[in-house]
Amino acid sequence: MQIPEIVGSGLIVIGAGLGIGKIGGSAMDAIARQPEASGKIQTAMLIAAALIEGIGFAALFA
Amino acid sequence: MKILKYQYKNTIEVIEILIKNVPLHQILETLKFKLKKDMVISRKPLHFIAAALLAFMPLISSANTVNDSTTVAIEATHESAEAGHAEAHAEPTDLKSKIKAFINHHVLDAHDFTFFSDEEEGKHYGFSLPVILWDNGLHVFSSAKLQHGEAVAESDGNYYKLNHHDAKIYKTDATGTITEGKNGFPENVRPIDFSITKSVLTIFVAAILMFFLFTGLAKSYAKNGGIAKGAGRIFEPLVIYIRDEIAIPNIGEKHYKRYMSYLLTLFFFILFLNLFGLTPLGINVTGNFTITFSLAIITFLITNLTANKYYWGHIFWMPGVPKLMRLILAPIELLGVFIKPFSLMIRLYANIFAGHIVLMSIIGLMFIFKSWLGSSLSFGLSFLLSILEILVAFLQAYIFTMLSALYFGSAVQEHHHEESHV
Repeated sequence: MQIPEIVGSGLIVIGAGLGIGKIGGSAMDAIARQPEASGKIQTAMLIAAALIEGIGFAALFA
Repeated sequence: MKILKYQYKNTIEVIEILIKNVPLHQILETLKFKLKKDMVISRKPLHFIAAALLAFMPLISSANTVNDSTTVAIEATHESAEAGHAEAHAEPTDLKSKIKAFINHHVLDAHDFTFFSDEEEGKHYGFSLPVILWDNGLHVFSSAKLQHGEAVAESDGNYYKLNHHDAKIYKTDATGTITEGKNGFPENVRPIDFSITKSVLTIFVAAILMFFLFTGLAKSYAKNGGIAKGAGRIFEPLVIYIRDEIAIPNIGEKHYKRYMSYLLTLFFFILFLNLFGLTPLGINVTGNFTITFSLAIITFLITNLTANKYYWGHIFWMPGVPKLMRLILAPIELLGVFIKPFSLMIRLYANIFAGHIVLMSIIGLMFIFKSWLGSSLSFGLSFLLSILEILVAFLQAYIFTMLSALYFGSAVQEHHHEESHV
């Protein structure tokens, strides 16, 4: 793998990590505010995380 | 000993009862593994000892050196081919090429089902699958004739050879020449390949398994008056979850029943295939572009063929947006119609494929480290990663099903009034 490919992969991982981290953070805040809604919040968080990860993988493989 | 009506939860409780009735239990009480006074690690000492033994087991194992016949390894042809292509490819160390072959065996599709192979004798343990080709006539023969890329199989006057690089069958002449083009890809003609390969066999096995599991479950409902009995009961909460949390919220009460059978099939199909991929048999079905592409195409067709006019209206002439913007957004929305199934395909493929590659690489890392510490840490890491892969298997099946339900819901949406007119 050449240098630009390595740098590109690193950027993709940073992007995906930041995105999912932000979602996880706001999910934690929301659960802290309303613990009884934690089931729904968890579901929504997993869906958003899977979508972002989909983009990340697509970029990583192509 | 009052054991008569006690319900044993596991054999460890039985042993504990037996031990308690012998004065040994006082010794065990003191063994409650306290770090400090009142800081108890474990109240069940036998559980703790068993868990500690299991956790430290890799440390008492030893890593074997390169000349180990139990490495799931290279086929005999790979070495001879490597010698032949020594100028073309850089020659890695023997261990690395073995690990590469190991990963390839797990991740690529094959015309035979090799469980493991003994490289010293060149024998492969497994069974051969039929090769079905269409080349102006149907040719069916066992893949044993191909002999893992060594021999040229002859069938009704046509000769076929398995190319060891990409495991595809090409049509050649009697001597088995494969002419390579500019990039190293063969230029021979390929017959249309309908063979039963490893992946196809796994799909059949998963389909038969699902069929028997769910018909058995359905029959047990009829026999027991509405309550499921037997091992199939584990699927009831999953089916109800798909109906109540995935189908009804996304598709709505009116239309969800039409799509339920497809969603259920999709979920359990992807789940079982993902779980099969985690076994050491080297099955990798959902990690293939083609399988996930077919599933995504079916979702795409169902969405667009059962859509009503509000669906198309929302794509091309979306309400609630100024008219000029609609002209700009319409091509983007049309592109979105194709990109959504494409992303479904990529998401499932990449998650499963990447997981397999990383897991196999870490297992291979175990053999590169010659020290006990490195190998046991790799073993621990691969164990944890396998557990994460189980989570990923469930999650990816759920996500694929949920997004399909979301697309179906948008296809059968009712008319809602616009909130604002701009």
